[in-house]
Amino acid sequence: MIVSIEDIQKELIDEFSMFEDWEERYQYMIDLGKDLPLIDDQYKTDSNIIKGCQSKVWVHAEMKDDKLVFTADSDAIITKGIIAILIRVFSNQHPKDIINAETDFIDKIGLKEHLSPTRANGLVSMVKQLKLYAIAYQTQLK
Amino acid sequence: MFNVENIRKDFPILSRKVNGKPLVYFDNAATSQTPQQVIDVIVDYYSNYNANIHRGVHALSQEATDKYEQARKKIQTHFNAKFAHEIIFTSGTTHGINLVANGFSSILKKGDEIIVSALEHHSNIVPWQMLCERSGATLKVIPMNLEGELVMNAYDKLLSKNTKLVFVNHISNALGTINPIEHIIEKAHGVGAAVLIDGAQACPHLKPDVQALDVDFYVASAHKMCGPTGEGMLYGKESWLKKLPPYQGGGEMIAEVTFEKTTYAELPHKFEAGTPNICGGIAFGAAIDYMNSIGFDAIAKYENELLEYATKKLLDIDGLKIYGTSKNKTSVISFNLEGIHPYDVGTILDKLGIAVRTGHHCAQPIMDYFKIPGTVRASFAFYNTKVEIDTLVEGVKKAKMMLA
Repeated sequence: MIVSIEDIQKELIDEFSMFEDWEERYQYMIDLGKDLPLIDDQYKTDSNIIKGCQSKVWVHAEMKDDKLVFTADSDAIITKGIIAILIRVFSNQHPKDIINAETDFIDKIGLKEHLSPTRANGLVSMVKQLKLYAIAYQTQLK
Repeated sequence: MFNVENIRKDFPILSRKVNGKPLVYFDNAATSQTPQQVIDVIVDYYSNYNANIHRGVHALSQEATDKYEQARKKIQTHFNAKFAHEIIFTSGTTHGINLVANGFSSILKKGDEIIVSALEHHSNIVPWQMLCERSGATLKVIPMNLEGELVMNAYDKLLSKNTKLVFVNHISNALGTINPIEHIIEKAHGVGAAVLIDGAQACPHLKPDVQALDVDFYVASAHKMCGPTGEGMLYGKESWLKKLPPYQGGGEMIAEVTFEKTTYAELPHKFEAGTPNICGGIAFGAAIDYMNSIGFDAIAKYENELLEYATKKLLDIDGLKIYGTSKNKTSVISFNLEGIHPYDVGTILDKLGIAVRTGHHCAQPIMDYFKIPGTVRASFAFYNTKVEIDTLVEGVKKAKMMLA
């Protein structure tokens, strides 16, 4: 039984609502980054780098059963926290659910400032890349 | 008498808050802030005499033309150019560089060499690569040392009778190193090469004298010296500007047009096609007036104090390393915390209301040299204070605590 994307998002919103200020929020995000499911070194290639980030972000996707599993890494720790949050939401899910998922939870957990497409950390590029993987695997499934 | 508290009152933006904290603006090497005196000139232009220049017979056009040409004279005086028509208004430093690079594409031939420095901004490398592709000339690079200084012995060896153009920035944007341009110019002239100096980072801190330097071309941007964005200047020796072909075709730059032949306008208009940034030019002049009213000696002295203070305070932080340690540098500190990505540090500082630049500062080759992904760069202006530097130091300590 997998927890739905929506439920995980609610969970995250709950967790983040406990924090009183940005410092606690960022500290938590940094801690989440430390638990990021790390990408296997063999996939840490230039072609797996997400463009549009000031720090380097590698993401690898593979199908396990009928679910898409993401692993990742970054050389910056806040970026690692952001990608860890995204992976918690999107990893281990059916590609079509990933494709259809809303992303307004990012705003609700107080990371709105990272949403701007001109922001150098590339959160938008990360979401786009995860969804692109889902689209690619969904096409294969058909 | 230099009084930073009074100076700060001239800059409305310095009293705003960012993320609930008083703004600490340390990204001056990217763009400087604008004093009310310059803002007033911009408002006055659009409120009272906005008109196209050099053509109209009506009063507004005449007024705008006069003010625009007065600004050119102010710039001439400031840089001590021999003639006002040696000052070409541009959209900024990059535009000026491209104008010269384009001009040289009809002069250079295969086998010719262009020398640039390892300390250059991307915008200073790409136009020359493009020029080399077009003309068949080759690009040589003056190497740098671990202090972030150019190696002059190596430069002297690169020079030959094939050298046609030398291009160096006066001050490095990433590290703040002041380059020995007097030596560079003299040696280049010894082999008959022309020299273009990028003064974008220098002009906020010092007052170059183009005649004393005997430089062939010098470029600068208004927005780094308290002026507006999208405005800058190219100084060129009259003889060179006469030799170079026009860069863009259009209005303003022509004397006579028939379908058979167009004759170009005299300097400086030959290089100023189309309606220029009139307000920008006038405001550039006002910015120069403003900076001179503070005085460049006072600015340099004060900024040096800030640099020394900040360097000492930052180096007290365990694991902090400064890149660019030349004795000859301006108020720029590029640094990293050991084992921590500059982007992370910048993000935490931003939450504290402190604006710094992170990344490779458009100077990837420098970062490759030091084998780092980038740095955190704090750059100070004459309106910054030691109290703000204390805030930065506390911020960096906090970032270190959170991120380590």
